[in-house]
Amino acid sequence: MMLELASNNGIANTNETLTESPLAIRGLTVSYGQKPAVFSVDMTVQAGAMTAIIGPNGAGKSTMLKAALGIVKPLSGQVTAFGKSLDDQRARIAYVPQRASVDWDFPTRVIDVVLMGLYRELGLLGRLRARHKAKAMDCLNRVGMRDFADRQIGQLSGGQQQRVFLARSLAQDADLYLLDEPFAGVDAATEKAIIAVLKSLKDAGKTVVVVHHDLATVTDYFDHVFLINTRKVAEGSVGEAFTAETLQAAYGGRLATAQIDQLSRVVG
Amino acid sequence: MSGEEFVPLSLTPLLIGIFAAVACALPGNFLVLRKQALIGDAISHVVLPGIVVAFLLTGVISAWPMMLGAAAAAIVAVVMIEAIRRLGRIEPGAAMGVVFTTMFAGGVLLLEQTDTSTVHLDVEHALYGNLESLIWLDAVGWSSLLDVQALAGLPVELGRIAATLAGAIAFIWLFWRPLKISTFDEGFACTMGIRTNALGLALVVVAAIAAVASFDAVGSIIVIAMFICPPAAARMMTNQLERQIAWSVGFAAISATLGYVLAGYGPLWLGAADAVSAAGMIATVSGIILALAAMFGPCRKRAGAPAQA
Repeated sequence: MMLELASNNGIANTNETLTESPLAIRGLTVSYGQKPAVFSVDMTVQAGAMTAIIGPNGAGKSTMLKAALGIVKPLSGQVTAFGKSLDDQRARIAYVPQRASVDWDFPTRVIDVVLMGLYRELGLLGRLRARHKAKAMDCLNRVGMRDFADRQIGQLSGGQQQRVFLARSLAQDADLYLLDEPFAGVDAATEKAIIAVLKSLKDAGKTVVVVHHDLATVTDYFDHVFLINTRKVAEGSVGEAFTAETLQAAYGGRLATAQIDQLSRVVG
Repeated sequence: MSGEEFVPLSLTPLLIGIFAAVACALPGNFLVLRKQALIGDAISHVVLPGIVVAFLLTGVISAWPMMLGAAAAAIVAVVMIEAIRRLGRIEPGAAMGVVFTTMFAGGVLLLEQTDTSTVHLDVEHALYGNLESLIWLDAVGWSSLLDVQALAGLPVELGRIAATLAGAIAFIWLFWRPLKISTFDEGFACTMGIRTNALGLALVVVAAIAAVASFDAVGSIIVIAMFICPPAAARMMTNQLERQIAWSVGFAAISATLGYVLAGYGPLWLGAADAVSAAGMIATVSGIILALAAMFGPCRKRAGAPAQA
């Protein structure tokens, strides 16, 4: 009897930690054609951690994120955020899409893009007040783009565009930040600026999840990893899950032996 | 020109032309930015079979059955385009091309086989519109604008296009923020809780209503110029969406006014006897404005495009 009670408690506890995760994905399958891009993936994002989603090109990293957020319709799977349905928790989630996914010739200014992050606060017809603009300027300041507020977005470099996207997500005041390839094609200064902002978010108790492609920086930037190649390969702290074996399993023949050797030295 | 001549003969066609041009240009701004400009073309073509079928069913040319028929055809087309796009997993342009050419061809065949000799519905009317005939016979001059009896004789098309324009303005005003966000970044809009699919569909429906209501004024072919030319020209005048909308409204109104006047009097000034099609001239003027904006507009360079080596 005692034993049964204890195990019941155990189950209840596991369920609680599982469902209270900022983002919990169960059995997610997505298909664009005949072949699934993401197959039956489970992911439990660790609260307060910085997690990298890594895997080879075409492994379904971005697709998994988009499907979890409802941008792409999955074939199956359940997603909860902070223990509730995703739609109830939209206000607590900030998503930064790939820079290349939008047309930067759109007729708008940098400050207007950041103000888009305040849409949930403003609503359809809420008046845009000085404090909203001040908040947007503050977010631009945090990514070092304050002086660019009135620029047309098409005039920005790739790194500057990425910083503007990050500023827009900061304006959302979220608890969970999901970024899709924020370091792709940006200059070194931008990469440093972005990682500094992400680390400050983590220090403030926020959860950060990044689709990442540069294996060499994983141990410097992140404390958790999620390896995917259509199916989940490994998940856990960098020490546990980011090993030569898991990388070999995720990348297979696509990672040259020399790279594996180099990485195993990084991984230790 | 005196009021006695202008008010009955030119005021209503001119107003209908301006309202139609602006009602199309407003949603056109978003269609152009979403690279869906072709959808306006598709809509303007697919409404033809709807209008012909409505005529066959009712036997009369009357506003509401025609509007309903056109709207039904537009909805059928939108659903078919979406179905072909999703099931066939092909680009939207190809799906639209298949649907609108087929439906338009079907409409032309239907119209040809139908005895419409007793009413004013023929292929020409469908193609070029009928702006010049939308006159206000009850008017005697400017004073008629205050005469209740004369006002009752205004062409029904005027009230219809005015209501359509009001609807388009209300839609864009109310949904300005979600429209702007989802046009720029659909994935992000989705994560903000914006129903991007429903909003995209609503935009297409507004465009469809504008196309149908403009059918009488400019016909089903030329309406596409009203969706694309004023917004495209406006884009090259400014880098801000709010100002782009304002420019597009201005360009649409200028196209309609100048087009109507040039069609009516241009040939006379050149010594020719007859006037030319107002709808044709309106579309031509809007095309010339676009060409001028492309050559001299301050924001015509694609700033985001990679520099040419």
